[in-house]
Amino acid sequence: MSDKQNDQHKADTQTGASYQPNLSAQVNLEKRNFLIATSAVGAIGCAVVAVPFVKSMTPSERAKAAGAPVEVDISKIAPGDMMVSEYRGQPLWVIHRTDEQIASLGNHNAQLIDPDLDVPQQPEYCKNKERAINPKYAVMLGTCTHLGCSPGQNFTVTPDWNGGFICACHGSKFDLSGRVFKGSPAPTNLVVPKHQYLTETTLLIGEDKESA
Amino acid sequence: MKTINHIKKVLLTLALLPLLAVASEGVNLDKAPIDMSDHGSLQRGARTFVNYCLNCHSANYMRYNRLLDIGLTEKQIKENLLLAGDKIGGTMKVAINKKDAAKWLGVAPPDLSVEVRARGADWVYTYMRGFYRDSTRPTGWNNTVFDKVGMPHVLYELQGEQVLDHDTHELKLAKPGRLSIEEYDTLVGDLTNFMAYMAEPVKQQRNQLGWFVLLFLGVLLVLTYKLKKAYWKDIH
Amino acid sequence: MSLFTKKTEELLGWVDARFPLTSNVKAHLTEYYAPKNFNFWYFFGSLALLVLVLQIVTGIFLTMHYKPEADLAFASVEYIMRDVPWGWLIRYMHSTGASLFFVVVYLHMFRGLLYGSYRNPRELIWLFGVGIFLALMGEAFFGYLLPWGQMSYWGAQVITSLFGTVPFIGPDIAEWLRGDYLTSDATLNRFFAFHVIALPLVILGLVAAHILALHEVGSNNPDGIEIKKLKDKKTGIPLDGIPFHPYYSVKDLVGVVVFLMVFAAIIFFAPDMGGYFLEANNFVPADPLVTPAHIAPTWYFTPYYSILRAVPPIGISQFPGVAAMGLSVVIFALLPWLDRSPVKSIRYKGNLYKAWLAAFVVSFLILGYLGTIPADTYGQFGAWLGKADIATVVARICSVVYFAFFFLMPWYSKKDKTKPVPERVTG
Repeated sequence: MSDKQNDQHKADTQTGASYQPNLSAQVNLEKRNFLIATSAVGAIGCAVVAVPFVKSMTPSERAKAAGAPVEVDISKIAPGDMMVSEYRGQPLWVIHRTDEQIASLGNHNAQLIDPDLDVPQQPEYCKNKERAINPKYAVMLGTCTHLGCSPGQNFTVTPDWNGGFICACHGSKFDLSGRVFKGSPAPTNLVVPKHQYLTETTLLIGEDKESA
Repeated sequence: MKTINHIKKVLLTLALLPLLAVASEGVNLDKAPIDMSDHGSLQRGARTFVNYCLNCHSANYMRYNRLLDIGLTEKQIKENLLLAGDKIGGTMKVAINKKDAAKWLGVAPPDLSVEVRARGADWVYTYMRGFYRDSTRPTGWNNTVFDKVGMPHVLYELQGEQVLDHDTHELKLAKPGRLSIEEYDTLVGDLTNFMAYMAEPVKQQRNQLGWFVLLFLGVLLVLTYKLKKAYWKDIH
Repeated sequence: MSLFTKKTEELLGWVDARFPLTSNVKAHLTEYYAPKNFNFWYFFGSLALLVLVLQIVTGIFLTMHYKPEADLAFASVEYIMRDVPWGWLIRYMHSTGASLFFVVVYLHMFRGLLYGSYRNPRELIWLFGVGIFLALMGEAFFGYLLPWGQMSYWGAQVITSLFGTVPFIGPDIAEWLRGDYLTSDATLNRFFAFHVIALPLVILGLVAAHILALHEVGSNNPDGIEIKKLKDKKTGIPLDGIPFHPYYSVKDLVGVVVFLMVFAAIIFFAPDMGGYFLEANNFVPADPLVTPAHIAPTWYFTPYYSILRAVPPIGISQFPGVAAMGLSVVIFALLPWLDRSPVKSIRYKGNLYKAWLAAFVVSFLILGYLGTIPADTYGQFGAWLGKADIATVVARICSVVYFAFFFLMPWYSKKDKTKPVPERVTG
């Protein structure tokens, strides 16, 4: 390089920084508009992409299939006895109540926390004294409403006990309709799931005539 | 800059080379008539699959209620396709015991859920039409695309019996079955179509969604490009 | 609004007194001065970071449903593809992301070769980068076993067997790696651990080091000029430097969207990519008793695999091939000390260097292609060449070129006729 060129080069290199923020109102407005537009569209994109990820954590087809309505054959339960089946991984009780047991249900209303079934722990069609479609058969989930243990059956009648369930974990007591007694740590009655009779002796648990 | 452009070109050409070299292996396969938007074909294929294949082959990853996607109703599935004791939300299981099957047939029949992804639709289509009589085989059957295959020709009542001309390597129908050649090809085509669907049930939805995603990104591209231009006006 | 601004400033002040937030944002974004002449090749660094984040996020969600057990692994992947809501999308994002990670990283590395980004004072950036590349190869290899298909299984079996060729201690190493006499449930379980926690941690650490080192010395550019040599006298800002944010953040955003379009096109229209991203044989569950007719590694490993096959054994030992393959990967680390050229950028290098680089790239791509096909695909030469496989001979020639590019570099890079380098960056 000749000296002249070199000088010229030096002069060039000393002309300030490469970027001179253009502060004219027009350019700033343009930046601002595209910044807003890009951010808005980009944010929508991110939100939409988040949906599949969030949804992937909801029950899968397998879980749904396992939680699908189940049919229960109740023809073999002797009067005064019960059977334990399974619905969505929880114990499902079907209790075949005798006429005496049904009659005794009204005797202890004063001792119950929610005798009138104000808390919706059962479908509308089971909001009756027997908490059942057919008074003979009580259907409920055998999961204590306190902390989720499964209460044990105690059907032996004594002067102050008409038969029912006692939870081994913290002593909650329920009657043969799954209604909770006062003084129990459990706050509400046991859950009666949606169900319907397919035949006189076949129950479909998890689906009723209204939802089908 | 010129060199770089040149290198870019060379890079591109070379990157495409391997793509040209795939395929071209062994037997010529016939093109399977795959059209996953044809629900009628998929439904007929599903019926053939359940009636014939599902006796020995499972499709353990395929749920019956997925068939709602190809236009069947729950009632139709229950009445026509569900085997006794199966649930609508269950998978296409098979009663046959894998060990017994292996004893009888030499190998256990593979699960067919993703068979088309493993073999290709054309292979399945050609295979199901490639059975011929071969007295040297224990089952009495051999296949043009799967030599010494363990599986007998399950659809022979429909297709009839083919023989292989060992000189021309062409199949000839020696004894016609219940279906004409065209009818049988359609049946196998529908079956292959269904199996292709079953291998990836989400494919249709995936392709449709793709266009929306690309459209959205196209809009975003214009915006980001304009944004970049607006800022880079500062740079000299 | 002014109250809001005031409150934000107060909060920022509170944070800054306890954590260097503002100073870090300045150091790495708003007052990090990058050369103004970045071109096309400079998109791939930020894209690699994007893919890393995508892989980690999709990986976390896949881990929620995947079962690392030999009896369940294959089925759990199909479970993700069918039964998990949107599982197919997350899985395809992860499998496509893996391949595109290598595409992006290879282009990023090629940029380094073009413009001499590995040279003084950026040797450590380069070494951290080679570390990331090695960890990434491990990550891909371990992850590839997880679907437990035939290619997964036999790929892992072959690669762990490679360690068995090491003289004397090899068989013990192979067994130790697998935790069994062959690839098995134990192998799957430990590969899962490496894939989801060990290597991601290593990669994240190395990426942090890579970027910190970069921001310490400043970015190279297509002219290979140090922009820090010429600073504005008053402000001390490099004359050819511009703040990374907003200029390169908005520019990289364009690159990100273009990348996402390619990414989406593959995911939604060709997730198998003709068998290169998801191989057909991997839809057959792993079977230790049946080896598929043709085993090839995934495309991003094929150049090195080709070198492995090209090197002839010594006696019955396959170790030379294995050693050559290992060397072909780690040799990138030596580049800063092999290149003796007075200039960094290809723009000012002479034809000799350009010819060698072109030969290297062509060899690399041919090796990559040959690694995907059986060695007998192109038949054999006649008796005059001992009936050698044509593909093997080509692979040998390319392997020699591959290594010559590195080992002869001290010589040809010095001898090369370079052009004068300008003081300021161009275009």
